[in-house]
Amino acid sequence: MSNIPAELKYATSHEWVRDEGNGIFTVGITDHAQGLLGDMVFVDLPDVGDTLDAGEDVAVAESVKAASDIYSPLTGEIVEINEELEDAPELVNTDAFNDGWLFKIKISDTSELENLLDAEGYQATIEED
Amino acid sequence: MAERTVLFDKHIEAGAKMVDFHGWEMPINYGSQIEEHHGVRKDAGMFDVSHMTVVDIKGSQAKEFLQKLLANDVAKLTVEGKAMYGGMLNEQGFVIDDLITYFMSEGYYRLVVNSATRVKDMAWISKQAASFEVVVTELPELSMIAVQGPNAKEKAAKVFSTEQNEKLVGIKPFFAIDSGDYFIATTGYTGEAGYEIIVHEDKAVALWEQLLDAGVMPCGLGARDTLRLEAGMNLYGLDMDEEVSPLAANMAWTIAWEPSERDFIGRAALIAQKESGTLLKQVGLVMEAKGVLRQGQKVVFKDSEGNDQEGVITSGTFSPTLGYSVAIARVPRSIGETAQVEMRKKFADVKVVKPGFVRNGKQTF
Repeated sequence: MSNIPAELKYATSHEWVRDEGNGIFTVGITDHAQGLLGDMVFVDLPDVGDTLDAGEDVAVAESVKAASDIYSPLTGEIVEINEELEDAPELVNTDAFNDGWLFKIKISDTSELENLLDAEGYQATIEED
Repeated sequence: MAERTVLFDKHIEAGAKMVDFHGWEMPINYGSQIEEHHGVRKDAGMFDVSHMTVVDIKGSQAKEFLQKLLANDVAKLTVEGKAMYGGMLNEQGFVIDDLITYFMSEGYYRLVVNSATRVKDMAWISKQAASFEVVVTELPELSMIAVQGPNAKEKAAKVFSTEQNEKLVGIKPFFAIDSGDYFIATTGYTGEAGYEIIVHEDKAVALWEQLLDAGVMPCGLGARDTLRLEAGMNLYGLDMDEEVSPLAANMAWTIAWEPSERDFIGRAALIAQKESGTLLKQVGLVMEAKGVLRQGQKVVFKDSEGNDQEGVITSGTFSPTLGYSVAIARVPRSIGETAQVEMRKKFADVKVVKPGFVRNGKQTF
């Protein structure tokens, strides 16, 4: 059973979102998702300043097993990326919810947060898989 | 319900993530396939390969039968214990399976074939055997553990008996000894030194536990795949199958053309393939830029006359040893030293090399 922190919000496509205040949200992929993908070898991140729509593909996680698209759970502008992942993509495996974060986005539409799942809702979706 | 090897509980104890592998519930990794990969390249790892199929061929015409069945010639095996790799072909000259043949004694050979192809292999072998004085016996009660890596032999020696260790002194690659409870062969699928040990299933758990105690790391099918790919070894079903010629799969060296009167199955078709001038060939691809080459991706290049040519990646991965991606591809023979691979939304430049990237821990191209 995967670890699913209660304070985060989730997308059904296995991204998590953490509210950092001032409309900025940190995004990563869940522990469940990294477990499915296996050892991460590259993470292709967006550039700071990129603007994205919710649901748009924003990054690629390449594991030994497969390349997998990561979708932006929210609409907004990228304000920071996790540059540590360049040399240490395995952080996504070892600490998916903290050091393995992918990017920070300044969102433009707070109502989209309502479309995301809470921990219990996300737990339910992965049990259906 | 998937089949389980007798080592199933040992895998769970070691924290394995189990997956379905052609009807067998097998460990894909025990946490990190990259760590397991490095474990084999730098120290010693072990794999449960008990799902593989062992078939004994016995009888007065065992040699003649295998000279018909296999594209390689068992007449080359003159010393007991000597092993040989090669293909079992159909009449069209394509690969039914690749396998290792051991010469056990006069009139007795042992084959180790893939598990994914077990049913069709047994059907084919039995059909061909009908016209020979041979008995074909599958031995599902045998388990197999591969111990591989630069320290594999030293660590395995700790679990072998004095007699087994004496028999192993000076053993060459691709040889086996049958001693006590173990059939120990200097074969493998990783590009490292080591053994593949065949053992009765009643004794397999004890062997696994002793190897664990000797400091051998359990490794899953994930690491097995990246290791074999780095070593440039084919995986049946990806790099070749029933529609691929061994001549297009880097297996030409396993075809024994002499003596010319030996009429093995597929021989005539192979000659026709060669004469057709359309045979593809297998190459290795190297991409040092970011990204991972994957099976099924298109390989494109221009030949020396400027014509567009196209091939395909048959297996690709990230190479943990090299730190970038490598692949095995089947392409037109006109390929030069570079090509491009169609990846997600772009074409990436790749270097073309001989298939095979890492042996004994070192880069080979």
